[in-house]
Amino acid sequence: MAASATRADALVHARGLTKRFDKLVAVDAIDFDVQRGEAFGFLGPNGAGKTSTMRMIGCVSSPSGGELRVLGLDPVIDGPRIRARLGVVPQADTLDMELRVDENLLTYARYFDIPRDVARARTQELLEFVQLKDRAKDEVEPLSGGMKRRLTIARALVNEPGLLLLDEPTTGLDPQARHLVWDRLYRLKQQGVTIVLTTHYMDEAEQLCDRLVVMDKAKIVASGSPRSLIDQYSTREVLELRFPIDAAPALDGKLDGIAERVEVLPDRVLLYAHDGEAAASAVHQRGLRPESTLVRRSTLEDVFLRLTGRSLIE
Amino acid sequence: MIAVLARRRPVQLPAAGRAAHLVERNAILYRREWTLIVSGFFEPLLYLLAIGYGVGALVGSAVTLNGRAIPYAAFVAPAMMASSAMNGAIYETAFNFFYKLKYVKLYDAILATPLGVADVALGEVTWALIRGTLYALGFIVVMAALGLILSPWAILAVPASMLIGFTFAAVGTAASTFVRTWQDFDLVLIVMIPLFLFSATFYPITLYPGPLQVFIQLTPLYHGVDLLRSLTTGSIGPSILFDLLYLVVLGSAALLVAGARLERLLLK
Ligand SMILES: Nc1ncnc2c1ncn2[C@@H]1O[C@H](COP(=O)(O)OP(=O)(O)OP(=O)(O)O)[C@@H](O)[C@H]1O
Ligand SMILES: [Mg+2]
Repeated sequence: MAASATRADALVHARGLTKRFDKLVAVDAIDFDVQRGEAFGFLGPNGAGKTSTMRMIGCVSSPSGGELRVLGLDPVIDGPRIRARLGVVPQADTLDMELRVDENLLTYARYFDIPRDVARARTQELLEFVQLKDRAKDEVEPLSGGMKRRLTIARALVNEPGLLLLDEPTTGLDPQARHLVWDRLYRLKQQGVTIVLTTHYMDEAEQLCDRLVVMDKAKIVASGSPRSLIDQYSTREVLELRFPIDAAPALDGKLDGIAERVEVLPDRVLLYAHDGEAAASAVHQRGLRPESTLVRRSTLEDVFLRLTGRSLIE
Repeated sequence: MIAVLARRRPVQLPAAGRAAHLVERNAILYRREWTLIVSGFFEPLLYLLAIGYGVGALVGSAVTLNGRAIPYAAFVAPAMMASSAMNGAIYETAFNFFYKLKYVKLYDAILATPLGVADVALGEVTWALIRGTLYALGFIVVMAALGLILSPWAILAVPASMLIGFTFAAVGTAASTFVRTWQDFDLVLIVMIPLFLFSATFYPITLYPGPLQVFIQLTPLYHGVDLLRSLTTGSIGPSILFDLLYLVVLGSAALLVAGARLERLLLK
């Protein structure tokens, strides 16, 4: 019962979804559902297949196999109808460099067949929404990277989409611009817009996503809410140790048994333990003298590390 | 097997309404750069004045066409009109289109909207055609003012010129989907300049030896020149039917190639 209701309501429904480029398998038979009104995230290291998946959802790349339905329709047959109701922020900006800032929004609105007067009004609203009103008449090229990103986000909203696809929306933004974008996305979610996004920032995923999946090597390796992923794949606390650069080989075996799991990174060692302080004193009792120790709660980054064997920002 | 076939993307036919939005986008841009449009008009006009009248005065005033003597300027003018239709279409589709495809990434952005590749191809060819029509209208007015129109058939020279523009626009679009770098455009010029010089533009094709005549008749601009010259001088013969067929077939084939190539380039 519950399963069939899930399927009917899902704005994006994928089963065994696959994308191949010649021999390379970029997306390998993944299953997921995005429900109406939720914010759904894709995490994963470079090359995991996030963008390939987003492009299939955006109906600009046809699946090589499996089942995909977007807004209840088949992208292969109903591409134009689906795209009419999507807002898309691609990984690389594709602004129209030959047009000015406001013209970018106006013409984009026209591609959606939005009447000119409505397009003009919406352009003004959106420029205000992303705080670019004073740049309306400027060329696009000289805008800063963050401004271009905001303009791309505004452009994705001209058709008042019910489903917003954002591929790394805040990569390259300064902290202020990032918070502005988060705030805007949060407001859109309040208005009922469904959001699908990819990100390399754990704080972004924790802030925005109701549910997320972690992709690695073309497959989904875990899924759930940020909280449940942390509970499932990490311990309550983490002890971070930094040793002098050449001390790492000497550690061999000395940390065994202190924590549930030990992760040796190039610059530090992570000990996953229920009680970080207790682990820290155990380390000291064994006569080890790290340069610094830090006890913190587990985050999504730890989940990521566990699942993909790589730290998030490479 | 049937299931596999069913999964294939059905060919999405272009919709005039969707393609029109791309035309509108180009119009916004050119509203600011109208000098570009004007310059495209003056170039063939200057050729007409320099060669039609200058060289015309030198070679004596008449050329024999289908057994009829006509003034040299009236002989050259329709060829200049056909060349300008070709140049306008190629500049717009080859150079501008390539720039928009590779550098502006315009079509990557547009394909995320309801527009499809067929709409993009149709939109760009239509835009090139609109530009070409403006040139053709201007040119025919100048020819009339200079007394170079010898027949009422000339009224059909404007739509005929649009057909020439369509053919070359489609060819230019298709060609630029194969171009990788700007250097490759030298090849385009290497093709265009001989077409301009040798397509019976400045003298009748009968001056060539037989085999060369056949070769010239296989090239596209020759048919554009023959078509317009037949119309403006009123020497209508069965050859214009062949001209029309040639231009329609070549243009349609090129448009199909362009659509298929764009699909491969943009919708991976
Ligand atoms: N158009 C393409 N042609 C060939 N291979 C491609 C194409 N697009 C992506 N790939 C390959 O597919 C794999 C997945 O790439 P994708 O862009 O989906 O990764 P991603 O998860 O978005 O990575 P990133 O975090 O770096 O953006 C990579 O190995 C990539 O090289
Ligand atoms: Mg990506």
